[in-house]
Amino acid sequence: MSNQAPLLEMKNIRKNFFGNQVLEDINLTMQKGEVLGLVGENGAGKSTLMKILFGMNEIQETGGYEGEILLNGEKVTFNSPFDALAHGIGMVHQEFSLIPGFTATENILLNREPQKKSVMSEIFGDRLNLINRKNMETQAQTAIDKMGMHIDRHMIINGMPVGHKQFTEIARELSKEQLQLLILDEPTAVLTEQEAQALLASIRIMSEHGIAVIFITHRLQEILDVCDTVVVMRDGVLVQNVPAAKTSIPEITRWMVGRNVSTSQSDGRPVPETETVMKIEHLWVDMPGETVRDVCLDVRQGEILGIGGLAGQGKLGIPNGIMGLYASGGSVTFEGESVPLNQPRNCLDRQLAFVSEDRRGVGLLLDESLEWNIAFPAMQIHDKFLKPMLGGLIKWRDEKAIEQVTQKYIDELQIRCTSPNQKAKELSGGNQQKVCLAKAFALEPKFLFVSEPTRGIDVGAKALVLKALQKFNRESGVTIVMISSELEELRQICDRIAIVSGGRIAGILPATEDSERFGELMISQVI
Amino acid sequence: MSRRSLSGRNAVRFFSSNSVPIMFILIIAVCVPIVGFSPAFLLNEIVTRFSRNAFLILSLLIPIMAGMGLNFGMTLGAMAAEIALIFTSDWQIWGIPGVVLAMIISIPISTVLGLLCGKILNAARGREMITSYIISFFMNGVYQLVVLYMMGSIIPIVHNNIKLPRGYGIRSSVDLTRIRKCLDNVLAVNIGGVRIPLLTVAIIVLMCLVIVWFRRTKLGQDMRAVGQDMEVARAAGINVERTRLISIVISTVLAGIGMVIYLQNMGDMATYSSHSQIGMFCIAALLVGGASVDRASIGNVFLGVILFHTMFILAPAAGAKITGNEVIGEYFRVFVSYGVITIALIMYETKKRREKAGMGELLAAAQREEEKKHA
Repeated sequence: MSNQAPLLEMKNIRKNFFGNQVLEDINLTMQKGEVLGLVGENGAGKSTLMKILFGMNEIQETGGYEGEILLNGEKVTFNSPFDALAHGIGMVHQEFSLIPGFTATENILLNREPQKKSVMSEIFGDRLNLINRKNMETQAQTAIDKMGMHIDRHMIINGMPVGHKQFTEIARELSKEQLQLLILDEPTAVLTEQEAQALLASIRIMSEHGIAVIFITHRLQEILDVCDTVVVMRDGVLVQNVPAAKTSIPEITRWMVGRNVSTSQSDGRPVPETETVMKIEHLWVDMPGETVRDVCLDVRQGEILGIGGLAGQGKLGIPNGIMGLYASGGSVTFEGESVPLNQPRNCLDRQLAFVSEDRRGVGLLLDESLEWNIAFPAMQIHDKFLKPMLGGLIKWRDEKAIEQVTQKYIDELQIRCTSPNQKAKELSGGNQQKVCLAKAFALEPKFLFVSEPTRGIDVGAKALVLKALQKFNRESGVTIVMISSELEELRQICDRIAIVSGGRIAGILPATEDSERFGELMISQVI
Repeated sequence: MSRRSLSGRNAVRFFSSNSVPIMFILIIAVCVPIVGFSPAFLLNEIVTRFSRNAFLILSLLIPIMAGMGLNFGMTLGAMAAEIALIFTSDWQIWGIPGVVLAMIISIPISTVLGLLCGKILNAARGREMITSYIISFFMNGVYQLVVLYMMGSIIPIVHNNIKLPRGYGIRSSVDLTRIRKCLDNVLAVNIGGVRIPLLTVAIIVLMCLVIVWFRRTKLGQDMRAVGQDMEVARAAGINVERTRLISIVISTVLAGIGMVIYLQNMGDMATYSSHSQIGMFCIAALLVGGASVDRASIGNVFLGVILFHTMFILAPAAGAKITGNEVIGEYFRVFVSYGVITIALIMYETKKRREKAGMGELLAAAQREEEKKHA
């Protein structure tokens, strides 16, 4: 092996998104037929690294990357996924990329269909070639056999169980003759236990055929079962690169979560032992990509409850479902009264408020001023900032009160803007987030859901946002449920943290618990 | 679940997905005895109108396959055909040579218009139907400018019988008597009093075969892929924009040829209005045949053209019989075609929404199932 160049070498890969360093000096080497397991928390940089390797357009659009990639000893630069494909790199993404009304065969050979010439194509060009169905079926079957799995190649994608869709995607990559390296991004996330086992078996077969596989998953047992090497990433840094045989799940978990230094809870108040203010029972939510199944949860009066978990496990679905943004079912009681689901207005009338993770889509009126953004919901829902005229016949906007309240929040949350009349879309992400909070605070709710409040904002703004939430809770006694992918920030301000895994609550622990315990819960029921 | 409830559900599904054709069959069944036409008369009329209109409706199939919905851009092809027929009338080329020449002249005009329309529709993804409808209004203005002002002044038109008395512009009606039914009369046979224009029918059958063949080509496969999911098709390296553009151009060109067939059957051309409703009537006919915004087959075309035209023949007569007023029947025709399009669009949207809601129900059911297991 020594005289032969490795299949893949990534040297000193660095990447920043607009000054935000997301990858730092990543070095990675892979041999032919090697199976490499890549693990890390959300936002650790796994996806970015794979996007660089696969030549995804968004890397170029955000200023490219530093460092070099060598394939079989030769330096390569991919400007698009098609370049990567031509060099024998295939990738199966988390979202399916399949034509819903086509059969497995048609999808496996999409745009690479075997063709035969005809008179018409001689005249009008190759696109009028007839498709050679017979050849197509044999090629598809060969690819399926290579995978070592049985799927019906005549089946229409729409009618397939999710697992088979996944296998169709893999077969499509395998049907490409030049394939040397296959990237599987959480392929088992949608599979049943049995299907996942079958996939692991087929990864072994691929490896025997000399195809190297990069396997990204949150199910650590699978990594140990099938991989030769385990690579752990955290906060954009490659923290460990060890043979799979020499490590264990607890060890990997520790590397993933890192920061053995525990408890950073700021004021360390004891967990409130107050009565239940919101009772959630058997909640299901149909939020695409964040499905919630059978969640039961009690929220105590005046506490800050954190909800954490890996992406796609359903933590975002909980507030979105209760507040009526996605179809949901089950029962929710607030202050002893049942809250009807799927009626956003009803929730708001009961003084529940929600700061959505979708700032630009749900959270803000992008083309309106700060004043409007902050005052509008309060005006709409609780008739605040309105002056009755003509004996209440007409309600007039109280511009002065609006101005005052806006100025108050601008000062309090340090929103950086040119004036209260600046348009929301002109603000930076962090300041937009502060406006979203101000908007919710202006409603003076009894209960507040905050979803991913620090996503995509810089460190300074992050600290401010967290502090503002904590202050709001302490001073107004408002119960807050905060959903976040970042365990550390949950531990900073929450009293208790519930971890969602596989759409269910895997467990609730005090925020002072070891991060390792949370890590275990996160992967406990991953689907 | 018992077998009976399953078959019951299937029946409900069958009726709900075919409600438009079923509704039409019911209306026709009611109208036939009221009107009391002889079967031979009715059949004759249906065959005539079928041969006149079917080709035009077939031109709608390819854009639907490419996911561009119901294409009002076919109106542009109809305009191209009319311009071509004005020329051949002026050059006094009649009979089959005239018809063939008109088809040939219409092709480059339709192609240019189709390219224009396709470019715009590529910029208005997801709103193809309304955009193409508005384009057809806009192009109607351009058409009037050309035909009403340029023809005879800038574009040479020799014969005064098609020119307006003022010396330029085309009369509101162009006489096509000398090409009237020239295709339909070739190889026409009479079976039990029903006259069947074999040549026209053969052309329509040939067109169907071409569409079947086209679906099996690489381009056809690409169009189906693009029609179902543009992003996936793009990721697989298919040139989505170009594929969509080609589908519109093919449709416009076919509509041009179809319009020549249509007008040779009529034997008379209303210069400024022939094209204006043809798009809507063709789309209504296709929808009556059970097609939807994203699905249409040759079968839908045939069923639709027969049902829709039967309705057209019966409605004025039924209207006259019931109310004593022919105008009511005429009004009923237009009312019905707009109504059908509206119903089809509403059903398409509700179907999509129902599919979406179905996911949530599945989730709830799975949870109930599990609770039962635990209990």
